[in-house]
Amino acid sequence: MEATAKQTDTRQRWVRKDLVIVPMRAEGAADAIAQLGARLQAGRFVKDSWTQATIEREKTFATGLPTPEVGVAIPHADVEHVLQQAVAVGVLEEPVEFGEMGSPDSTVPVRIVCALAVTHSELLVTLLQRLVEMFQSPGVLGQIAEAQSPAEIVGILDHHIQIK
Amino acid sequence: MSGEKRVLIACGTAIATATVVAQKVKEIAKEVGIPVRVVQCKAAEIRGQIITFDPHVIVATTPVPKDLGIPVFNGVPFLSGVGMDELKAQLIEALKKG
Repeated sequence: MEATAKQTDTRQRWVRKDLVIVPMRAEGAADAIAQLGARLQAGRFVKDSWTQATIEREKTFATGLPTPEVGVAIPHADVEHVLQQAVAVGVLEEPVEFGEMGSPDSTVPVRIVCALAVTHSELLVTLLQRLVEMFQSPGVLGQIAEAQSPAEIVGILDHHIQIK
Repeated sequence: MSGEKRVLIACGTAIATATVVAQKVKEIAKEVGIPVRVVQCKAAEIRGQIITFDPHVIVATTPVPKDLGIPVFNGVPFLSGVGMDELKAQLIEALKKG
């Protein structure tokens, strides 16, 4: 059972063009999450409950990261709201404020929102490791922020977060 | 092992950020030759872990109470890369002392 799940994960890519919004305009963090949630729902990657659950989780466990070049957030919900693994990406024209992870009183101006849909928590660990390496690779977040098309962003993310 | 330092890593709910931070902490401890034992927990389990695991140091990626009586470090720099060198230096300092 476990082996089957892992095989599926290896074959599947995380990001698809229809899960990328560029350029994105959003009123705030909740709006950005809702727009990405709608894409994830349309592709049947998440249940209807995902958007609300993610917005709620963000209030308690904020996911904004003050990376050196461009602020990033990795909003996600518990696995019970997810149907299939995917990452939806929004690149904002103008940054929106997300709460800063670990610091309840601070916010981070975020331009890149990576909404994570993950079906089991071990996989979230692997995805997070890849993402953290990507965030810490000089220039990569700048490339994503400058990208003009969903295909470009899919290319960058595929290169960095592919699992095996 | 008497010189072993116990490090508690706490994150929000899913254990994911704690796992990434735990790996960094182990790498750093190995670099400076301090033996460590690392335990991960969810934010809600911190007080229980303080009793059962008795950590020397806590590293958290989520807000934790300030009255724990144990040095607490914000582990988010290990994820974002910003302030990582400072955090590394402070953590080594605390592990040597603790």
